[in-house]
Amino acid sequence: MASINFLREKWFYLVLLVVALALPFLISNRYYFQIVIMGCLFSITTLSLNLILGYTGQASLAHAGFFGIGAYGVALLTKEGISFWLALPFSALCAALIGFLIGLPTLRSRGSYFAISTMCFGVIISIVAGNWIDLTGGYSGIVGVPLPNPLSIPLIGEIGFQTQVAQYYLVLFFLLLTLLVMHRLVHSLLGLSFMAIRNNEVLAGSVGINTFTGKILSFVIANFFAGLAGGIFASLMGSISPSTASLELTFNWLIYLLLGGAATLAGPIIGAFVIPVIMEYLQFLAEYRLIIFGVLLIVVIIYFPRGVMGAVNNLRQKARDFSDRKKGAMGAASG
Amino acid sequence: MQQVFNGVMLGSTYAIVALGLTLVFGILHIPNFAHGHLYMLGAYISFFLMTLYGFGFWTALVISMIILGLIGMLIERVIYRPLQDRPHINSFISAIGALIILETSVIVIWGPQGRRIPNPYPDIVELLGITMSYQRLLVIVAAIAMIVLLQIFIKKTTPGTTIEAVAQNREGAMLVGINVNRVSSLTFAISTATAAAAASLVAPIFMISPTMGALLGMKAFVIVILGGLGSIPGAIVGGYILGLLEAVGGGYLSAAYKDVYAFGALILILSIRPTGLFGKEVS
Amino acid sequence: MLLQVKSVSKHFAGLVAVNDVSFDVRQAEILSIVGPNGAGKSVLFGLISGMLRPTYGQVFLQGEEITGLKPHRVAERGIARTFQTTALFDQLRVVDNLAIGYRLRTTGGFWSTLFHGRRWKEDKDRTTAQVTETLQFIGLANKAFHFVSTLSQAEQKRLSIGVALISQPKIILLDEPTGGLIVEDTDQITDLIQKIHEQKKITVCLIEHKMRMVMGLADRIIVLNFGSVIAEGTPAEISRNPQVIEAYLGAGSNA
Repeated sequence: MASINFLREKWFYLVLLVVALALPFLISNRYYFQIVIMGCLFSITTLSLNLILGYTGQASLAHAGFFGIGAYGVALLTKEGISFWLALPFSALCAALIGFLIGLPTLRSRGSYFAISTMCFGVIISIVAGNWIDLTGGYSGIVGVPLPNPLSIPLIGEIGFQTQVAQYYLVLFFLLLTLLVMHRLVHSLLGLSFMAIRNNEVLAGSVGINTFTGKILSFVIANFFAGLAGGIFASLMGSISPSTASLELTFNWLIYLLLGGAATLAGPIIGAFVIPVIMEYLQFLAEYRLIIFGVLLIVVIIYFPRGVMGAVNNLRQKARDFSDRKKGAMGAASG
Repeated sequence: MQQVFNGVMLGSTYAIVALGLTLVFGILHIPNFAHGHLYMLGAYISFFLMTLYGFGFWTALVISMIILGLIGMLIERVIYRPLQDRPHINSFISAIGALIILETSVIVIWGPQGRRIPNPYPDIVELLGITMSYQRLLVIVAAIAMIVLLQIFIKKTTPGTTIEAVAQNREGAMLVGINVNRVSSLTFAISTATAAAAASLVAPIFMISPTMGALLGMKAFVIVILGGLGSIPGAIVGGYILGLLEAVGGGYLSAAYKDVYAFGALILILSIRPTGLFGKEVS
Repeated sequence: MLLQVKSVSKHFAGLVAVNDVSFDVRQAEILSIVGPNGAGKSVLFGLISGMLRPTYGQVFLQGEEITGLKPHRVAERGIARTFQTTALFDQLRVVDNLAIGYRLRTTGGFWSTLFHGRRWKEDKDRTTAQVTETLQFIGLANKAFHFVSTLSQAEQKRLSIGVALISQPKIILLDEPTGGLIVEDTDQITDLIQKIHEQKKITVCLIEHKMRMVMGLADRIIVLNFGSVIAEGTPAEISRNPQVIEAYLGAGSNA
């Protein structure tokens, strides 16, 4: 019985992958397709937020700040003529390094203190981005960021990134990369140690886990991917501004994460796609949609705190318990 | 010296707002993210009452305090109470929902641009070479009056000491028969009403806008954390220090970066004392 | 002499919780620490395991000083402990708890995990083997994939002992491992402790209230009262000690 479930899951993901790869041929509307691309990009940021918050239990509110560092890094470097393919990893590493430096003081605090500490750091980034006019162009931001340089692939030739389709595959590639990394991290002893920190930090220390290095590692990895997403964003959008590092963005991802289901791998992706789509559908409500959104948020967090994937997992667990009990009953009957 | 005066005025505002926040923190054990937006709403309600119904400044202020007090109780009941036994992050999200509703409602009703409230005391007085407008003086006097009244309330009256009791030991308070939920409601009401008062006092001096609460809310967090979450003296002292630093520092250092210094100081201080300057450990 | 506690004191803002306590724990013995409620027993464990810093005094493990080391370092050196209020990772399953308990004996870090390198593979295999073995040892093999919240009190106590055991410690500190359990479950835990002592040859230091259990189990007993040692000796010696009798009769025990 268990093996059939396992196979079914593998098939499910394979189908998803095929659909994802074939998506450009299924959607012709440019506008909707752009939403999909943004969904993929924000899936990366939400997945990485999930690592530090969902799995390690530390409420970092600086996430958009690191997204911004990656964005500004790529914007400035590529405008100077450096290849996107060098600027991107470099900017992501910068985000990771700054994350390390900021993590050292802030991760000494817990809970609300850490949250506010990181919130302040995120705001510092946006203020600096808005006022360091020589470097960042101030509140008008940076425009004219070039698209990623064409790639030469043996046997296929050159791939340019002017088309939406090519941009989509670029973002999809990085999303799959992020997913792979997260999957390996989460399903490992390292991932378990993160969850131990989240569940009971004192006990984790008592059983020999260095909780500080654990938190720093999780934070740095999360910020790396935030910076990575930011760099891609800058290049594809062509222009960025201090609002790229705004607290509002962090709050958005926080909402995607919690409504989709924290501490799961599917949850962040579901949240990052479904919620913007819902918001799009609610366009006709104009400003009122935000009010409805706020109400929805409160209702969901009170009644469905584990989000969509949490509810799904609950159902799965109930199904498993039910079949276990049936098996037990049958065994008792025949035994 | 002019900057010192401005700093004291600014500090008075910060002190009141931080005081409300720290009171609520003593009860909730998490910061109320929506506090800044409630402050903003207080200013708008006063503005609304004054311009639409022609109420006098003081009448509008008092009514605004009452309305915000009621809204504060509503927030406690709907946003925070259902989540009190859950991880703190859930309360953050709930508060974010509330603040989205508040900000959007204000934009929907009054538009996103800033508005001016007519200044009820436009005269100024010159003292010791400092130009003081009556309105600014009023802010200082009213703020100090509120702080003193609140201190008396907390220390000398029964409801006040009950609030302290619940803040110190929730379970213990419940065991001796204190209705903790009513205390929470009351604390929220005081917190939001005082914020409304502060906002209405300051509104004629600066413009009001839907986003005026966000940055102030964050600064209130900084003050409350530095002063110690739940510590009233800490909030008051911290508020005045920040106000003075901003006014005096902003005059000499780059005005744009003054917020950066405040937030940077917070990060630094928390790294040395992870639970704030006078704070207690939060479980 | 495995563990040496030398003149250790702990002051908490006016209250002296532990007052100039000295004792040794010998290799492969079962040492029990007893005393009325509030005598400072759990605080003493906290001082040894690194959760609290002694105000005065020192702690040595196998001759090396461990005073003031952080808890995870103390755990690395080979001291494992359980808590009076059962402490487990209650969002996770039984096997997860055990695997976390073994984490400190594994070496794979971020890069090995990312690329599924050699260390990651070895860690995975060793952890699986250790978890399986410990599950058998504590008798929870049939509940391996259950969530902690579905276990009974007794099972949770056994699991927390398992989590301490799996790290292959030199000495294990058990803080009231039978707290709140009925007689059958208490006997089960007693048997488990005996098994740990005989099969694994791990030194055990045990805080307990139940005197009958302690008398049958311990090689030596130390009696604390108001933070100070009032008696030390074999069970026979302790049961005849007039000061001990007075402390217990005076305070009222559930012996």
